[in-house]
Amino acid sequence: MLEFFPFRKTIPFMSWGKMTTAISLLTFLFAIWALWHKGLNLGVDFTGGTVMELHTGQIADLPAIRTELEKTGLTEVSVQTFGTSRDILIRLPNKGDSNAAETSNRVMAALTATHPGLELKRVDFVGPQVGKELYDNGALALLVVAFGIMAYLAIRFEWRFAVAGMLANLHDIVIILGMFAFFQWEFTLTVLAGVLAILGYSVNESVVVFDRIRENIRKMRGATIPHIIDDAITRTMSRTLITHGSTQIMVLSMLFFGGEALHNFALALTIGIMFGIYSSNLVASPLLLMFGVKREHFIKPVEKEKKEEAVV
Amino acid sequence: MNRFPTWKYVLIGVILVIAFLYTLPNFFGEVPAVQISPTRTTEKVDTALLSQVESSLKAASLSYQGMELAGNSIKVRLISTDMQIKAKDVLQNTLGERYTVALNLVSASPAWLTPIHALPMYLGLDLRGGVHFLLEVDMKAALEKAAIRYQNDFRTELRGEKIRYGRINRVGSAVTVHFATRDQRDAAANKLETAFTDLALTPEDQAEGFTLTARLKPEAQTKVQEFALQQNITTLRNRVNELGVAEPVIQQQGASRVVVQLPGVQDTAKAKDILGRTATLEIRMVDEQADPTTVQQGQAPFGDDIVASRDGGKIAVKKDVVLTGDSITDASPGFDSTSGQAAVHINLDSKGARVFKDVTRENVGKRMAILLIEKGVAEAITAPVIREEIGGGRVQITGMESAQEASDVALLLRAGALAAPMQIVEERTVGPSMGAENIRKGFHSNLWGFLTVVAFMTFYYRVFGLFSSIALAINGLLLIALLSMLQATLTLPGMAAIALTLGMAIDANVLINERVREELRNGATPQAAIHAGYERAWATILDSNITTLIAGIALFWLGSGPVRGFAVVLCLGILTSMFSAVTVSRAMVNLTYGRRARLAKVSI
Repeated sequence: MLEFFPFRKTIPFMSWGKMTTAISLLTFLFAIWALWHKGLNLGVDFTGGTVMELHTGQIADLPAIRTELEKTGLTEVSVQTFGTSRDILIRLPNKGDSNAAETSNRVMAALTATHPGLELKRVDFVGPQVGKELYDNGALALLVVAFGIMAYLAIRFEWRFAVAGMLANLHDIVIILGMFAFFQWEFTLTVLAGVLAILGYSVNESVVVFDRIRENIRKMRGATIPHIIDDAITRTMSRTLITHGSTQIMVLSMLFFGGEALHNFALALTIGIMFGIYSSNLVASPLLLMFGVKREHFIKPVEKEKKEEAVV
Repeated sequence: MNRFPTWKYVLIGVILVIAFLYTLPNFFGEVPAVQISPTRTTEKVDTALLSQVESSLKAASLSYQGMELAGNSIKVRLISTDMQIKAKDVLQNTLGERYTVALNLVSASPAWLTPIHALPMYLGLDLRGGVHFLLEVDMKAALEKAAIRYQNDFRTELRGEKIRYGRINRVGSAVTVHFATRDQRDAAANKLETAFTDLALTPEDQAEGFTLTARLKPEAQTKVQEFALQQNITTLRNRVNELGVAEPVIQQQGASRVVVQLPGVQDTAKAKDILGRTATLEIRMVDEQADPTTVQQGQAPFGDDIVASRDGGKIAVKKDVVLTGDSITDASPGFDSTSGQAAVHINLDSKGARVFKDVTRENVGKRMAILLIEKGVAEAITAPVIREEIGGGRVQITGMESAQEASDVALLLRAGALAAPMQIVEERTVGPSMGAENIRKGFHSNLWGFLTVVAFMTFYYRVFGLFSSIALAINGLLLIALLSMLQATLTLPGMAAIALTLGMAIDANVLINERVREELRNGATPQAAIHAGYERAWATILDSNITTLIAGIALFWLGSGPVRGFAVVLCLGILTSMFSAVTVSRAMVNLTYGRRARLAKVSI
């Protein structure tokens, strides 16, 4: 039997409670600070505007392209290379005028004259109203998922587990968002999908540990609650690392082969998986202790059957 | 204890065979084709057309691989894209304007897969290239348009009932009629109430007179808006047909939006131009009394609008609309028989023809302006003098700059008027090369990730790892089969979701394998360990999958476009993984180990 993680003895995770809480708190506060101070670099999906990806026949002269576009009355243009020096990315904000949808046509018209062999690879235009809706729907989806999962956990386990699991996972989400804010990586709809998937996925981890805790509570009659939790985490440790390792392999494959379109998505998943391992074991479980989980929550005292007395 | 009844093996076998059959078309790829469909949806495609297509291709000595009549269109398979483009030109020339000839791709799977409806996965626009538009209908304008109609109808009604009235003016979608006396107002209110049940009338006594204000009732408003949306969808469909797109998608989204997806469209500027055009036609009378100098300064006399005319000048037209584009049944480009100028010939419906006849009879010698309204800006195409009464509903508009313009205007008019203006609020265009690139990237992400996971699992868990890997491959097979069967749209995020679900699906097997190992460590016999491992892991697998499913469903519900594609695959992937990771892998384990009565060792 090949084993990478041969944990025979129970590791006293719960006695590290203070340290792990401190680490969590610091990263969490850092994430909040990044979000507050820098804010998310929202993509065109949420802000509205036009993004165009073009392939130029020759090496692109960015300043020349910029001036050419400004000549046609398009202002606040951002032009940058994208991947190779022949691929360029042009970003334009939505202006007050009603026919913002025509912006990409104007750009093409302005550039085709001077750039033979110009090829349009992608256009994303999002009107201001739609951008706002996508933003609102995204926020709503986040809430719905959070509460949906919490409700499920509350039914399947107990409210303490539900709240602990959810807080641990929201902590992951905030950290992902904080990283995106700190490094100013572009936050798009696809990234949001990744974040929500992480919310569902990362709860898995807590569920696995919680399942074990419940099982241990029933089995290990003599043990204290912290010991029961330590045992549950230790027993599932090997599985935790291997499972997340496998998922991470797939995500890394996306990061390397998926191109620009999936890059930030894979990045969000990577952060989510890393913190998911940490938080579901070392955040959710101490929280569970803090909420005061007790044996009685799972083992109902056996009620004595009352015999009905017949009255004649 | 580790044995399945035979029916379980049979069931698994049958499911795998079905899944394999439905996955097959994805391996055969697609061949270039030309699709011929009638421009008008009322016309039918029949075998006569089929033989016509056949003979015209033969005449041009173009060889083709096959031809089929499916639905209301004919698809001709061709050997290469060169041939495809040649065939398109040949067919478009011989078949004329009644049919749209579009480039398309059809599945290259063998014919025996057709009866079971096995099709390759339906690729989203980010994978096949094309344009996605989201258009928003201006509902406020739809209501105002309805109000304008009532404004005119009130006149006819009150005149018919011989009730005297003063001004009728409109603010937004509220129409106010002024009266001199209360009796007149009340009489009018009675009449109008019975004639127009959709309106809520509010009488008001004001210092300068008595008024009656009409507004659409809320339920009538919804009806107007629904109608506007439906009318616009029909119009868009006509316009898209004119563009010649093989498999367009035109769907309502929400209460006021329309999604238009045009796969494979290369000239996005033209597509946008034709779709985004909000050309409507209005016929109004020119105000002959207006002072030309104030008109040139842009000051509109009371009750008039100033519009630009083709020659660069300005003219004043009455606010009352004689006819709108709704009355147009057909429009075609042509030439004026006397002057030889480019012209557009318009046919009106019976109501339009009647109104037009009355108006031309009453206004002989006066000028009538024909306005083309695009993006809220009206332009007078022409303002001819009415020489005589024009009956029969056949109208000719001259004043076009060129034959090309005449045909453009005719196309817009024929393609139907929009009930309300529309605006593109979202566009996603993906070039064809980018689509192919995205497929390659998505595929590679899956392939390399999968191979690495398989290598690791087999190395770490030995035989059980091999079983887990096979189960994972089967999960992929089931997922692709399901996506092909449901014809759910596969997008690039969808391909990412396949990779993600494969990564997550292995979780179930890791859980099981770890449990089995633990039972063995605790001293259980191999058979008991396998049994307990599967048994105990099941509850955990269920719990953890359901939480992900909740996220998937919420994403599907609230997401749009690419995110939805992600959510569909995520949800389906979770369902298939529960089957493959638990049932299929157990079947393999049972077949290998379950039959041995005295099993000393398992490879895990």
